[in-house]
Amino acid sequence: MTGRAADRALAGPLAVCDSVSRQFGEFTAVSEVSLQVQAGEIVGLLGANGAGKTTLIRMLLGLLPASAGEVLLFGAAPSRGTRRRIGYVPQGLGLYDDLTPEQNLEFSAAAFGGPRPELPAPLRRYAGTPVGSLPLGLQRRFAFAQALSHQPDLLILDEPTSGVDPLGRARLWDTIAGAAAAGAGVLVTTHYMEEAGECARLVIMADGRVVAQGTAPEIIGAAQVTVVETAAWAAAFRVLEEAGMPVALAGRALRVPGTGPAEVRRALATAGGAAGGHARVSAAPATLEERFFQLAQPGFITEVPA
Amino acid sequence: MTGRPAGPVAGPAAGDAVEEWGTDEISVHYQRRLALDKITLRAAAGQVTAVVGGDGAGKTTLLRCLAGALAPASGLVRRPAARQIGYLSASSGTYPDLTAAENLDFRASAYGLSAAQARARSGDLLDRAGLGDARNRLAGQLSGGMRQKLGVIAAMLASPRLLVLDEPTTGVDPVSRSGLWWLIAGAAAAGCAVVLATTYLDDAERAATVLALDDGRELAAGTPDQIIGAVPGTLRGLTGRPPEADEQRAWRRGGRWRVWDPPQSAGGPGEAIQPDLQDAVTVAALARELGLPGSTR
Repeated sequence: MTGRAADRALAGPLAVCDSVSRQFGEFTAVSEVSLQVQAGEIVGLLGANGAGKTTLIRMLLGLLPASAGEVLLFGAAPSRGTRRRIGYVPQGLGLYDDLTPEQNLEFSAAAFGGPRPELPAPLRRYAGTPVGSLPLGLQRRFAFAQALSHQPDLLILDEPTSGVDPLGRARLWDTIAGAAAAGAGVLVTTHYMEEAGECARLVIMADGRVVAQGTAPEIIGAAQVTVVETAAWAAAFRVLEEAGMPVALAGRALRVPGTGPAEVRRALATAGGAAGGHARVSAAPATLEERFFQLAQPGFITEVPA
Repeated sequence: MTGRPAGPVAGPAAGDAVEEWGTDEISVHYQRRLALDKITLRAAAGQVTAVVGGDGAGKTTLLRCLAGALAPASGLVRRPAARQIGYLSASSGTYPDLTAAENLDFRASAYGLSAAQARARSGDLLDRAGLGDARNRLAGQLSGGMRQKLGVIAAMLASPRLLVLDEPTTGVDPVSRSGLWWLIAGAAAAGCAVVLATTYLDDAERAATVLALDDGRELAAGTPDQIIGAVPGTLRGLTGRPPEADEQRAWRRGGRWRVWDPPQSAGGPGEAIQPDLQDAVTVAALARELGLPGSTR
């Protein structure tokens, strides 16, 4: 561990939101959100569009003041100084398309004040190509390299792997995990639930509020869905849809959140015909995405409390 | 949609139990670059077929050929008549300056639907998409997820026999994604052949058949079970970073590591892992990258 990393490990949380709210006129975009990011920790921020993630990130970056509550970065209010200790990769990547990777790095080094970093090995053969003409996967890797180049203490990543194939995605996560292992704290948003497994902790937002926090298994808890396996999936789909159930397709099986197997069996039996015959109906643990769906749409929570 | 269907077109073979559309070994060149290399795609009625790949894999080119917007240099495309195809392109599926309802009206007249048909079908689809209250809002002012749903129902409007959707779920949050999948599954349940492009393998897991593309070439194809069953060699799982000897064949997943051992290789530390679809596609991509035999077809 370097001296700086050791300092970080000893200090308090890198980022703290303490009951933070943000109003835009009458509209409350973020409401009493509390969360922390520690050194060496990857925290996943999940939420539907409009849940308040971007507003929260803008407050952390110091681009937007909070209406109420307190935002602390490295123990102080966000400022130009704290901004220098943050590496930020926005969804749009924030690169200059007309500049080469080298020129982008030079510009960023000048802005952050520091030595110009080396271009990572896999990107060197593209040193002279304008960033805008690189494939998206390479642009993302480069945006990462740039965000990491001033060795930030806190990384804020907005949808870092959008549009990247699985192998490329695994490599980006290797980079993120490497930064965390070296002591940086990471706050990352994703729409891709599979990636939640890379995060030590998840924070789920809906309607500006935090509706769940913890590891994926903690958040899923005992939530279950009903699985219907039948050759006549299309007929069964139509029947369950008619019955007003939020039925989802999974290959040739159907998954029904919020409704127990008995009720699903009844609906299928009442309909009779192809839908009812030979359907295997069982309960299965909910996936994180299904649980998220329930949390994000309170209307769909129909589980019986234990 | 503009222009006539391009390229060779054939109807479904007589006597087929299930209507099937698709491509047979089509190739497409953009100037010198081979954008599609002998790609075969099967799209059966009443099923969802997913075309998976990263940026530049050839998904859009393949879907454009299937929808009739682009003629392949060689190979055969099987598709229904233009009016029986619903197509959502990757760049735009809606007119931003028209309201949601006007978008559907415009589409309905282009497809020759009667006013009464159009009204009934539009109302039903807007409600299904959860856009009933947004019918008079400009499409350009809808959220990304709402706009994508509008694009999908616009493509579904004329009850097509073949529905071609280019990345309907990209950049869409999970809640809207569930809604989109509900619409897509409904179309398949009504007997439509659905082909959708995606970069997400969990989208692919919801499909009945999958075609994975990489750099214009087929990486894997079949049902998810077939693709998983065709993984050559074995997989190991490790909690920490694998030793250097394994590094080229290793990738990170869910905070752990996976190592792929090709057939007849020595193996190493870690526990045996049963691959899933994501592992299978990753192995195929690694095998191609390393020049090892490992393609699943």
